[in-house]
Amino acid sequence: MSALRILVPIKRVIDYAVKPRVNKAQTGVDTAGVKHSMNPFDELSVEESVRIREKKSHPAGVDDICVVSAGPPKSDAILRTAMAMGADRGILVDVKEGEELEPLAVAKLLRAVVDREKSNLVILGKQSIDDDAAQTGQMLAGLLGWPQATQASEVKFGDEGTSVEVTKEVDGGVETVRAKLPMVITTDLRLNEPRYASLPNIMKAKKKPLVKMSLSDLGVANERRLKIVKVTEPAPRQGGGKVEDVDGLVSKLKELGAI
Amino acid sequence: MACRSRLTPLIRRAAAPGLLRSATAANSVPCAARCISSTAARHFRGSALRRAKFTTDTYPEIKRDERFSHITAEHVAFFKGILGKESAILDGVTAEVSGDDMEPYNMDWMRKYQGHCKLVLKPGSTEEVSKILKYCNDNMLAVVPQGGNTGLVGGSVPVFDEIVINTSRMNQIRFFDDVSGVLVVDAGVVLEVADQFLAEKGYIFPLDLGAKGSCHIGGNVAANAGGLRLLRYGSLHGNVLGIEAVLPDGTIVDDLSRLRKNNTGYDLKQLFIGGEGTIGMVTAVSIHCPQRSKAMNVAFLGADSFEKIQQAFREAKIQLGEILSAFELMDSYSQNLVHTVRQNKRPLEGEYPFYCLIETSGSNSEHDAEKLGNFLEDVMSKEIIADGVLAENETQIKSLWAQREGIPECLGHWGGVYKYDLSIPLGDLYKLVDETRKRIEDAGLKGDTDDFPVVDVVGYGHMGDQNLHLNIAVRRYDKRVEEVLEPFVYEWTGKVNGSISAEHGLGIAKKNYIGYSRSETMVGLMKQIKNLYDPNGIMNPYKYI
Repeated sequence: MSALRILVPIKRVIDYAVKPRVNKAQTGVDTAGVKHSMNPFDELSVEESVRIREKKSHPAGVDDICVVSAGPPKSDAILRTAMAMGADRGILVDVKEGEELEPLAVAKLLRAVVDREKSNLVILGKQSIDDDAAQTGQMLAGLLGWPQATQASEVKFGDEGTSVEVTKEVDGGVETVRAKLPMVITTDLRLNEPRYASLPNIMKAKKKPLVKMSLSDLGVANERRLKIVKVTEPAPRQGGGKVEDVDGLVSKLKELGAI
Repeated sequence: MACRSRLTPLIRRAAAPGLLRSATAANSVPCAARCISSTAARHFRGSALRRAKFTTDTYPEIKRDERFSHITAEHVAFFKGILGKESAILDGVTAEVSGDDMEPYNMDWMRKYQGHCKLVLKPGSTEEVSKILKYCNDNMLAVVPQGGNTGLVGGSVPVFDEIVINTSRMNQIRFFDDVSGVLVVDAGVVLEVADQFLAEKGYIFPLDLGAKGSCHIGGNVAANAGGLRLLRYGSLHGNVLGIEAVLPDGTIVDDLSRLRKNNTGYDLKQLFIGGEGTIGMVTAVSIHCPQRSKAMNVAFLGADSFEKIQQAFREAKIQLGEILSAFELMDSYSQNLVHTVRQNKRPLEGEYPFYCLIETSGSNSEHDAEKLGNFLEDVMSKEIIADGVLAENETQIKSLWAQREGIPECLGHWGGVYKYDLSIPLGDLYKLVDETRKRIEDAGLKGDTDDFPVVDVVGYGHMGDQNLHLNIAVRRYDKRVEEVLEPFVYEWTGKVNGSISAEHGLGIAKKNYIGYSRSETMVGLMKQIKNLYDPNGIMNPYKYI
């Protein structure tokens, strides 16, 4: 039984509270000048990893919590946030703005990082809220040949730290699965409540190591298999009209043939 | 983004229970319906079921001014002739009107003040207001100008049978200039409607308050409302460029200037701003609107003393000057009550005697975040601030704001609240809370069981504006508590040259206490103005000065 080396992949997305707007060319969503933050599911992954360490859930403890993000240089902000929450170090894989990676490319990249960092547990969000693919965790498990537990709402360690028991919320109840380490876990909303990054920790996070890499450093190419044909907004809701008084309402109803 | 919509309510429930702020507006512009607290509001649980007392019962010493005529059928016929439409008049004089129809005009939203009004007029234009007021003045009919009726001091509801002149049908946006940001609106435009109109143009209304969904801009100006953006954008005395108003004799004061600078003669419009409808009725407003900020950041800090909070405020002004948009103070007593009521996760791990919330808004998120980050690092390393957190996303921004905005609501949890809205020089700001608490404790009125009327004495407010909300959460209203509080609070505030009403006005609630904040000479000068413009005294009588 060895100590845990947790890898937490995180993604910079448009803040969930912001209403996204489709760009004029209908090829995607406007990202310029829009508030970005960490994918909410990824916050849960970071929080869970830190809690595993703090609560000493695993008998051999946690040796390392490494956060990794693939995206534009601005993604370093979310890596710092994750480190302020308690991660030990970060890796930023540089991907130019607009050169989105598809889930398979992300999974291949993560496999390379897992190999490099000798990770034995990957905790990642079940999906990112920008493209909602919900595929990366599963593909990564497939590429690594590891067991996977998706949509975790509770994570426990058993058998002296060699196996993991994951509770997942499914339609009409909960399902509990068990697997041996190393494994891949994807997180769901009720797993925990992420902490605020406190000021002393934000300051400490600035001194934690952050390594920058390129896709080629990891031996991965950004192959695109899908072509985005068109992005459109849902049809707008038809607005209602206003009438000034009861007479107005009656005549309007008559006009519409309702009475 | 199918998931985003499903995620939203879940996260919101998890992270910010009891959230007060409305959803974020389009294009990432935070457009919050924030709650400002109320003065002397006596909320009871289930107060909606409680029949409000008539103001004449609460204040038996106020007698109807017998110079005023009683409304007759002849008067009503004249008003019908002016207004034409059936919908523009609510006539309880010559016809039966159900109490439910009249109540919204006769009673304030807190159900604290209720008049005996029988006639509501809703003019659709300035000319109609002019004709109405001239007729009322000639016939000695008292009137109450009324907007959204969201006031906190009973200034917008009648006391006896005054005629209500409501602005709701005057609701057109008259003019907007994309370059200068000058907006001209009718008095009856709802604040939120104007703000949404401006949001589409990239501008913001320089006033933001909890009642934004129902208050009228004419009423905001007449009450000189303050709210949460005052620290950043200043008071309406500075932002209002021009006013159109009608004097009781029917004269239309056409001072609807669209200029920022106009040094030609006395600036008479200022008399209508905060005039509470006592010398004339505001019918339109020209206002200077600033650019809407794209980026917003929020930090929540804990400090060991009020002195440290003042230092932090000083540093915030030095280091964040141009992006600082709110600096809100909360004491530990208020935060403990919020925690008791909501059972939520506290933002900070430890507990501190004072907390403050700092909001920045600017045009560049990264730039603002870096400035705020540097500021926080600085105040932490100088040990001005003991601990703090920085919101990393919109959800956290909202839940941090809920710690401040949730206070008024949580205070009402036990039954009632005595509320004071005071301006006090910054150095003395919190002393009043300590002294009031001591007085209440010495009188044996505060305790944890039902035997004691007082739950706790708390202080919070707009630190940036030297505006303290002193609130006393009670289980029931008790004469003994009132005797400890009044006139002590007013005397104390007068002694330090504070104001007994910072942002809520005088109305009927504070008419008698103006002497604590204004000298006899000043009140005398005000009365001269009142007599000059309203010699018959028909405008909003029994209130103000």
